[in-house]
Amino acid sequence: MSRLFDDYATGEAYDEMYDADSAREPYATLSRSVGDLDRDDVAARVEALRTAYLDQGVTFDIGGEERAFPLDIVPRVIEMETWQEVDAGVQQRVRALEAFLADVYDAGQVFQDGVIPRRVVATSSHFHREAAGVRPPNGVRVHVSGIDLIRDDEGRFRVLEDNVRVPSGVSYVMTNRRAIAAALPEAFAHHRIRPVAGYPQRLLAALRAAAPAGVTDPTVVVLTPGVYNGAYFEHALLARTMGVELVEGRDLQCRRGRVMMRTTHGLEPVHVIYRRVDDEFLDPVHFRGDSLLGCPGLIDAARNGQVTLANAVGNGVADDKLVYTYVPDLIRYYLSEEPILRNVDTWRLGDADAREEVMDRLDELVVKPVDGSGGKGIVIGPRADRAELDELRRRVLEDPRSWIAQPVVQLSTVPTYVDGRMAARHVDLRPFAVNDGQRVWVLPGGLTRVALEEGELIVNSSRGGGSKDTWVLAGSNAVITPREEPAPLVPLGRPPSLGPAMDEVAALVEDQQQQQQQQQHQGPGEPGGAPC
Amino acid sequence: MLSRIAESMFWIGRYVERAEDTARILDVQTQHLLEDSTGDEQTTCRNLLSVMGVDPPDDREVDLGLVLSLLAYDTDAPASIATVLAAARESARRARETLSVTMWEALNTTHRAVTTGQFQRMQQGNGFRWVRDRAALINGAADASMTRDEGWQFLVLGRMIERADMTSRLVATAALAGGVGSPWSNTLRACGGHEAFLRTYKGLETERGAAEFLLLDRLFPRSVVFALSRAEQCLDNLESGQRAGFQNDAHRLVGRTRAELEYRPLADVIADLPAEMERLQLTCARATEAISHRYFAGSEGTHWMGGRT
Repeated sequence: MSRLFDDYATGEAYDEMYDADSAREPYATLSRSVGDLDRDDVAARVEALRTAYLDQGVTFDIGGEERAFPLDIVPRVIEMETWQEVDAGVQQRVRALEAFLADVYDAGQVFQDGVIPRRVVATSSHFHREAAGVRPPNGVRVHVSGIDLIRDDEGRFRVLEDNVRVPSGVSYVMTNRRAIAAALPEAFAHHRIRPVAGYPQRLLAALRAAAPAGVTDPTVVVLTPGVYNGAYFEHALLARTMGVELVEGRDLQCRRGRVMMRTTHGLEPVHVIYRRVDDEFLDPVHFRGDSLLGCPGLIDAARNGQVTLANAVGNGVADDKLVYTYVPDLIRYYLSEEPILRNVDTWRLGDADAREEVMDRLDELVVKPVDGSGGKGIVIGPRADRAELDELRRRVLEDPRSWIAQPVVQLSTVPTYVDGRMAARHVDLRPFAVNDGQRVWVLPGGLTRVALEEGELIVNSSRGGGSKDTWVLAGSNAVITPREEPAPLVPLGRPPSLGPAMDEVAALVEDQQQQQQQQQHQGPGEPGGAPC
Repeated sequence: MLSRIAESMFWIGRYVERAEDTARILDVQTQHLLEDSTGDEQTTCRNLLSVMGVDPPDDREVDLGLVLSLLAYDTDAPASIATVLAAARESARRARETLSVTMWEALNTTHRAVTTGQFQRMQQGNGFRWVRDRAALINGAADASMTRDEGWQFLVLGRMIERADMTSRLVATAALAGGVGSPWSNTLRACGGHEAFLRTYKGLETERGAAEFLLLDRLFPRSVVFALSRAEQCLDNLESGQRAGFQNDAHRLVGRTRAELEYRPLADVIADLPAEMERLQLTCARATEAISHRYFAGSEGTHWMGGRT
């Protein structure tokens, strides 16, 4: 019988599990325990994973259709040392972006010092003057962030983009862990994996810490666009695990500058809103007037300090893909530190020099719109045909500010179960960070997204991507605290009451059986049956 | 609790009960048609549809197949079990963060069996039993895992109002069937109360006794009076500490109807059962309106009209 990884072939890209034919060190245990499994057994486990997600309703919506979120059975393993670098790098980045946002919506020192041109920010469609001059209660604007990372040809992590508006996906980190622990109990038991289940409590603590001044016991709510939103499952899960209300825009009402929610006992005040609604839909008074997802008056209430919006309005300037190119400079400027995680090399097509360099080479580059998300509008040069490239060239020249170009980065690969065998598929990683004003905490794990088509480099779930459970190892050299001598077992509880039926079943059974047997022997025609 | 969530809980209660009771009614009626060849299929089916409040299409003969598609399998028919289960799951999805995991999964897997066609493929009798089992599982999961807070009160309130409504429909089918077959014992079976009835009435099976048992018995959990008084209790729990009278229209309606049933002579109540039962259904509808108005109102979306003419 062939073992599961025998016919596994790595591609050009950096493979995280195999270096040539031998498993890399962090994957040594995993490749053994998963490789030992029987093929039919694996197929059955994969099927069980899928049904479990459907039964639990772990789904996302595409165009109104609810689908189970595809989860691959092979987890991704990251050893402790590598993770420490990611952890520190993400923290650093979030701190720099916080400082940048505070500056942009206040004095704008960074512009005067010439680190980044003011027009870069002012022309961003996510720059909202409504947010200028608003000082959040504990200084935090980026309560939750997701920094997208990839591994380059040498296996080093690099930042692909920042998400500091409403990053989603953290719910799958938690559900994936539970599902994989059930699907691969053997492998799970052989690793020391850092837990991810503490996320909701961290988030709740950060949200409570962000409450308006003077509110000692704040009411926190999660604001969702509604059940048809792609991430509704996540909104419900977070609300449930934090033990707070999940509200829609229509449940809220602004009265005298305060935000209230409609309950069966009338209106009740709300202090912190973890909103999963985009800026543009949040408040019809200031933004889109036809929005039904938000609540009129929300922005004014936030400006008056009566309610805290998490994440803050206007954060989009910090995760604009053009601003992304300046983030290393921002880190040096605000923190006086060297960036721990490097960017992917990027040309700003708004700059004439860069444009000149790039326009002739569109067929070997990746070109992205600066305000797109979910993989929308991305053109991968080597995959595009003549007509697509001509169309792209025309659009870039029309509005160069809206585009950036990057070399084609071969995302790293991890073995993935496809049609009954293991195949190399490209992955990225989105670690999640929660800022409570005291420190930035990075969830050990994050969402690994995997492109299920062969060679596909776009991993977004809206483009047919799946996910993997991400195991951050606690490290084998961690200090193991000696177990205390177990106390001798004393029976603490009394045995449960037995009841009359128990006697019949257990104690008297022999007697009864004998009697019944005798009864049978006394039947007519039985020789020698003497009455007793 | 949020008005919108309360509304979802109320309707989960109603939909689950509706699916269960519809399955019970269909189970007994199809059995009856099968066993009793003297009955006229057309009339029985027409009566059944009319009692369930479904207008039979004019252009088609009304037979058992049509009844089953309208009341059980057709996902476009508003009264079918398939649709009702989908609605229950949709309500649950909107209130998901307040439901316990076991209850949500019970609802979700039930609905999945409908969308994958598993329910439709089951043998008729098995299918109806399956619906009953699932309803028992959902209600049991709720019973074992939900705190008795407002959400629970709304869930039970919905269940009880639906139950009063459905039992009244069952009684009406029996009354409409006239002397054909043994409609009352069928109805009692549909409620799962035949044995209980026989024990209570010492085996003496009369129409009058059966009607009394289904309408007025205070201990049988599917009788109209039992369901109405439970609904009253829920409403009472939702409004605490009223010293005089009742402020809640729904409470008044339900209480008055129950009192009328209980304090009028039985002969008077059963003189024209179908009409009486229709009145009861009207009460349930009005009570639902009153409950929506009092607890759920205002959860519709509002439009921002500023800056527009």
